[in-house]
Amino acid sequence: MDSTQQTNQRESAFLSEVDQASGEIIQACYQCQKCSAGCPVAYAMDILPNQILRHIQYNHREKVLSSKTIWICASCYTCSVRCPNNIDIAKIMDTLRGIALRSGIKPGEKDIPLFHSVFLDTIKSKGRIHELSLLIQFKTKTKDFFKDAGLGLKMYRKGKIKLFPSKFGGGKEIKEIFNAFERFQKKS
Amino acid sequence: MKEISYYPGCSLEGTAGEYDDSIRGVSSLLDIKLHELEDWTCCGASSAHCTNEELAIELAARNLAIAEKSDRELLVPCVACYSRFKWAEKESKEHPDKIHCPYRGNVPIRYVLDFFCEEPILAEIKKKITKPLSGLKVACYYGCLTVRPPKVTGIKDYENPQHMDHLMECLGAEPIPWSYKADCCGASLVLTRTDIVRKLSGKLLSMAKEAEADVLVTGCPMCQSNLDTRQNELEKEVGENFNLPILYFTELMGLAFGHKDTKKWLGHHITDPIKVLSSKGLM
Repeated sequence: MDSTQQTNQRESAFLSEVDQASGEIIQACYQCQKCSAGCPVAYAMDILPNQILRHIQYNHREKVLSSKTIWICASCYTCSVRCPNNIDIAKIMDTLRGIALRSGIKPGEKDIPLFHSVFLDTIKSKGRIHELSLLIQFKTKTKDFFKDAGLGLKMYRKGKIKLFPSKFGGGKEIKEIFNAFERFQKKS
Repeated sequence: MKEISYYPGCSLEGTAGEYDDSIRGVSSLLDIKLHELEDWTCCGASSAHCTNEELAIELAARNLAIAEKSDRELLVPCVACYSRFKWAEKESKEHPDKIHCPYRGNVPIRYVLDFFCEEPILAEIKKKITKPLSGLKVACYYGCLTVRPPKVTGIKDYENPQHMDHLMECLGAEPIPWSYKADCCGASLVLTRTDIVRKLSGKLLSMAKEAEADVLVTGCPMCQSNLDTRQNELEKEVGENFNLPILYFTELMGLAFGHKDTKKWLGHHITDPIKVLSSKGLM
């Protein structure tokens, strides 16, 4: 392999990584921008969905993984169903979030990845999500106890908030699933 | 009697309790016996698929493996759970080696709305109506995952779905045409970027009001909670008076069947539905 080939290979590493992990063919994107035109949360993104695909094609790894966009995506799949090249863009966003977390690159949004981590910790320890426990755990991390406090009280009065989690035994098996994944991730 | 396995999911044990109660209530009137999955666990939505796709498949597959022990279909009321289960089913066919628990992809997974909108159940529903919902204008709101992506949901008219509208017509209500029935309410960002959720939900409420809906109907616990609980906050922000009750389609089935607990279910809503239903002579 000559040096040009080696450089090309190194430079296309991110594109191959995302293609492979998502099972999608990002090279198929020809920038029609239909994904961004229909995206309900595009206005809050720092890089539009079609631009994310272009940056992946150009192997701009850090730019993509540190963007707000990959966290703002609400997984509504509007982009995916409208893509003329059948690229499942919402699925690629899932893939990018996973790669971003493993890469250690500082995420463009603070609270969203934090929420996911608290959510998964709750599943790991309890097996099911008890909404009130999840909320308290999350608020303890963000220190934002007053936001939505009034609404919480209103919901409690309407019987929408269950104070205690349900009892069941599946939690043990769930811990094993999480432990197996954590072991696997440490190895790779 | 029809027997079916039932996976309620975490929301139905909490904020969406009336969805669970109304599903159980109307099922019993339709002679459908629900067998709650023993020892079910969280499907992982949405945080698992947002961070670790393989873990997401495994968390869903664990529950499907439990369901697979019987030969019954599996009924799922929450669209987020439903979507994750259908992704796991797809994975079990395309990459069976990626699934570690004993799930083989052999459970028919049914979303509650689709299940009630199809024959032969729809014919049974028509027979049970004692109090048609005449004069009630409903905005059928499907949201995202009930219809998208079609490679997972199998829904053909995903840009303009009609099945809930048809069910509402059968109940005697008047489904109104509107353009936002499959738009996103932003629920996955509810605790983290409430500003985005307010913008998206506000638009939906505004459009349903403009189309002159009396109530908005959904089959998603996250959409219901999102659209129901934040109307006061939004009214202050945009200066528009919404006061639009957000109902589960199963609650309206209960109302049309004359189910004795309907009023109790509706009593859990933040935006009061009783007043508008009474003004139409339905309560």
